[in-house]
Formats: sequence, C-alpha cells, structure tokens
Amino acid sequence: MSRDQLAAVANTGPAAKATALPLLRAVDLKKAYVMGEETVHALDGVSLDIASGEFVAIMGPSGSGKSTMMNLIGALDVPTSGQLFIDGRDIGTLGTDDLAELRNRKIGFVFQQFNLLPRTSALHQVMLPLSYASPPPQDAAQIARKRLEQVGLGNRLGHHPRQLSGGQQQRVAIARALVNNPKILLADEPTGALDSKTSDEIMRLFTGLNRQGITVILVTHEGEIAAWARRRIVFRDGHIIEDVRQVPAWEKVEVPAIADGGMPV
Amino acid sequence: MSLVDSFKIALNALRTNLMRAILTTLGIVIGVASVIILVSVGNGASREVDKQINSLGTNMLVIFAGSSRVMGRSAGAGSDIPLSEGDMQAVRDKVSGVTAIAGQLSDAAAVVRGSANWMTTVSGVHADYTLVRDWPIESGRDIGPSDVRSAARVALIGKTVVKELFAGEDPTGATIRIKNVPFQVVGVLSRKGQSSMGRDQDDAVLIPMTTARNRIVGKSDVQNDQVGNVYAKIDSSADIAVAQEEIESVLRQRRRTGANAEDSFSVRNLAEMMRARTEVLSTLSYLLGATSAISLIVGGIGIMNIMLVSVTERTREIGLRMAVGGRRRDILTQFLVEAVTLCLLGGLIGAIIGVAAAAAIAFAADWPVSVSPQILAMSMGAAAATGIIFGYFPARRAAQLNPIDALRSE
Repeated sequence: MSRDQLAAVANTGPAAKATALPLLRAVDLKKAYVMGEETVHALDGVSLDIASGEFVAIMGPSGSGKSTMMNLIGALDVPTSGQLFIDGRDIGTLGTDDLAELRNRKIGFVFQQFNLLPRTSALHQVMLPLSYASPPPQDAAQIARKRLEQVGLGNRLGHHPRQLSGGQQQRVAIARALVNNPKILLADEPTGALDSKTSDEIMRLFTGLNRQGITVILVTHEGEIAAWARRRIVFRDGHIIEDVRQVPAWEKVEVPAIADGGMPV
Repeated sequence: MSLVDSFKIALNALRTNLMRAILTTLGIVIGVASVIILVSVGNGASREVDKQINSLGTNMLVIFAGSSRVMGRSAGAGSDIPLSEGDMQAVRDKVSGVTAIAGQLSDAAAVVRGSANWMTTVSGVHADYTLVRDWPIESGRDIGPSDVRSAARVALIGKTVVKELFAGEDPTGATIRIKNVPFQVVGVLSRKGQSSMGRDQDDAVLIPMTTARNRIVGKSDVQNDQVGNVYAKIDSSADIAVAQEEIESVLRQRRRTGANAEDSFSVRNLAEMMRARTEVLSTLSYLLGATSAISLIVGGIGIMNIMLVSVTERTREIGLRMAVGGRRRDILTQFLVEAVTLCLLGGLIGAIIGVAAAAAIAFAADWPVSVSPQILAMSMGAAAATGIIFGYFPARRAAQLNPIDALRSE
C-alpha cells in the first residue's frame, strides 16, 4: 500500500481531507525566464493534480511549456511563483540539496538519449542512483541486478553501452530510474531515438510498470506514444489547453501476461 | 557518495584518457622528481660534510703561527713568530678544557724504500697527535712519548704510502729512508680519506717531532723548539668557544701582545668554518627547492586546465548525476578527488624517477645519496595539495552547473 493510499484511509474526516494532497499538485504554477530585455513566460499559471498510479502523457509543440513543466515535476528547477507539491513537499521551498534528495528518492528519469555513462557496465549504471542515496544500501549490486532482470537484461549485467542496442540501452536507463523505488517515472521522449518496434517494447514496459502501481509521466510530441497513456494533457503557450482521460492503446491490443513485473524480452 | 566510490570513478575517468593524464601530470612529475633528487643529494652532501668534519677531529682547535688576517698568514713580513714547545706547554697547562695537545711540523720529502720512492708530506708530531686528530693506528704501534724524547727514527705511514711503497706487503718493521735518513716503520695509520679541500690525507708519514726538527725539516728554517701548527683537543663537555678565548689570552700574555696589537697567531675551529661553508650549499638547495615549487605550480595550472576540459566534456554526465540525486558537494568531491588522483599519479611517477635518478647519481658520482621516507611523504603531500588547490576551481564549476542545462548540453 502506498503512502497516498494509507493517507486516504487515515484521512476519512472532512477536516483531514483538505490536507490530503495527491502525488502531484500544481497551484497557479508560473515560470518565467529573462532573455535579454524580454521576459518569457514559459508557464503561465498552471494548476494540475496527478494522482498516484496514473499514466499521463504531456504533449505540446516546442515552446508550449511542456519541457518547463517536466523540469519542475522532475525537481530539476523551481517555479517563479505558485506551488508545486511532489509527494506532499512544495519544491519551491527546498534548497538544492533537498531537491537532489527528492529526485533521488521520488523520481526516476528516463531520457531520449538514454544518458548512460560511457565505459560503464549496465550493473554500475543502475547502481549509480544508489550511490547517491543516504545512506547507500549495502546490497546495491544485488538491488541493481534485480532491476536489470526486471527489464529483461539479467544476462547483460557486464555490458557497456556500446555493446547494447538502443532498446537495451533504454531498458538499462529504465532499470536505473527504478532502482530507488521512485514514486514517479518521468520519461522525456523515451522512444525518440528508437525504431517503432523497439518503441513498442519500451511502451509495453512502461505499461507493465504502471500496472504495478508506479506513476508514469510521459513527455512526448508523438500522438502514437501518447496513446499508451490513460490521460493526456496538452500544453500551449504556457497553459493547459486540453486534459482528457482516454482508453490506452494497450487495452486495444493484446498485452502479454506480466508476471512479477517482468517483461518479455 | 563515498570517497572510495569517487576514487573508483576518478581512476576510471583517468584510464580512459591515460595518455592525456600522464602528459598533464608532467609538471607534477618534474616537480616531485626534482624535489626528491635535490633533497636526497643535499642530504648526502651534508652527511659527507659531517664525515669530513669528523675526519678533521672532533672538538678540536688548531693554532697557527701568524696573523689571523689572511688565512693564517701574516700580512706583514717578519711578524711570523713560530709556535714553540713553550707555547704548547702553556696552553696545555693553563687552558682548562684541553685534554690533549700535539704539534705538527710538516715538510715535503721523498720517501725511499729499496728502488721505490714516493714524494709525500712528512710531519713531525707529538705523542698525542693521533689521539687529537681522531686517527687510530690500524696495525703496529703509535709514536710514544719516549720516541719523541729520544728523537727515535721511527715512522707511522698512511695508507697511500703503504700502497705506493709496499704494494700489499706488511710494512711494519721495514726500513724506509727519508732524506737519506733510515727510519723503521712501526705502524700503519687507518684510512682517513680526502680532506674537505680534496687533499689525500692518507698520503702522509708521521715521525717524532724531535726527529723531524733535527734531521728532516729544512734546518735553517727551524728554531730549536718550533712545533709548527698545534692541534688541541677540547673536552667534549667544555665550551669550545671559551677554550678558544682562553688559548688566545694565554698566548697573548706569553707573547706580550699589546691590547690593540695584532695577534701573532690564530686559533681556528675548523669544524665551524666547514659548517659555515655548507651554509652556502644549503642556500643553493633552497634556491633549487624554489625551482621545484615553481614546477609544481606550473604543473598545477596544467591540472586545472585539463580538469576544466574534463568538466566541459562531461557536462552531460554531471547533469545526469545531478538528476539521479547527486548533490553539489558530491560533484565537487568527485572532481576534486579526480584532480588529486591525477596529481598523486604524477607524484608517484615523479617519486620513481626521483629515486632512480638519485640512485644513478650516487652510483655515477660516487657521492653519498640518501632518500628519506619523510621526503617521499612530503613530496607526495605537496602533489596532493597541488591537486586540491588547482582542482578546486574546475570542481566548483562542475558543482555549480545547472542540471537542466547540463543535461541538454551536447
């Protein structure tokens, strides 16, 4: 049972209900950049709730504010004004060390370009976030190995990025994102560098992980990829112009049985 | 992130650019190597000087005839009053710290044995001479008081003379001729080596003072009781400077030197003078030490440069590390550890080169060289400090990166 579910059970009274926050809540969120003489309002008053366990696709053309939103959700940046609560903590009030810790414990990042370290084995890639945990777990290698098995790379532990295909590299990155048991899996164009077949595999993997309870937030401009999500949020000019629930693609196609979170290779 | 992890990352990063790493540390290599060579050779040199000071005789004062103005030679002609038996006697009796005293009256002379002959320095000495000079007899016997009293024709010979005239034979009991006077060799002096001036001290023959005055040293120059230079051994518990003053005052009294008049003799503490000379040596080594410090600074700038390059090259990696939870101080530590590791690598190479070069110098120049563990530790410490000082700026730049920009960089 997640903390939010626990909180939902505990907070049954009407007074308590007001303080119970969803996993993610944005309140009149604004982010402005000063570029020369001009001030660019990348986010211009966004309010949004994302509950634990959702599978959300954030869409929008470039300059729409979706990347800015992603940076804020990823606690890589702080808002100019407004509030963004991640698992109950207002990121605007946190210092750089606290933000780093929040990223480490609550958020798993998946990038378009994978961002794996060169000349480093898959096992060590996945162990990286554990080394920044305080205190670092004693059995980091064991935990990392399990995560790699979970993404179907149990037989590639010692492989370096160069020895892996794009899809395999992205799986290593996903295992890395998962290794600290984050609340949110935040994926920025995760299939942007992959062919359609591999993209499909990666999206199945996300779907499987989401079914186990992890919140998946996907930033993409591809409708095909966004179709895997249960909710679609579209940004334009710093505002949300569309926020709809949808039947995800995987319910329309046949999804293989997922045992113990493992994905078919 | 633990330091061990940071160190592993640093080693991995250096390994991928091994050639660059080695070239970068060249300044550190040179700095550390030169420090080690310098100090090792310098230590060896001062040890050699100590040995020479000991070979002069420890706690010893030398009294020369003549003014002290110009290296024991009087400035004005005729002011040379030789030291006499009476002067020596007075110093022995009146100066409290003197434990032994002996004169040395030297002249160059050819020494002949059979068909072999050898030009050497023949010195008439008193019985305590070998004691005062810390010059033990290796075999046979010393010149005794009775030899001096009776002006016996006996001789002690140095190692070089043994080599030249006896070629491996035992010289004890043999007869040699000095200025056509036959002498019996009664003993051999132990090896004393080179003097600080590079003179072979073993190229010497010692005979009783009286015999020398009567038969060997040019008779016209020698007054009846002249003793040449006088060597006085001072008790190790006594203050050698006080003894020096006492000797001066005793001799001034004996010679009735006026209060403002120039002394007709000089008293020298040779060991002191030699130490003073080594001061020059150490000044020189400070200068060379400064050179290696400059080399470390130049090396440090090289480290700083390459670390800045490394930070630029690995901007995305830094962004990723921040995204997965690396704090600013984790990034700072990682790059500092890398800079220090780089410097220690250079230090290690420098230490190996330094020790090897010191050993080569010791071998080639026959010059004693001593590499102390302290200097190894100190130079490695200096290398590590260079890494911290010059690695800090690039590391801070890495730590101050904005994770979003860093992740987006190419």
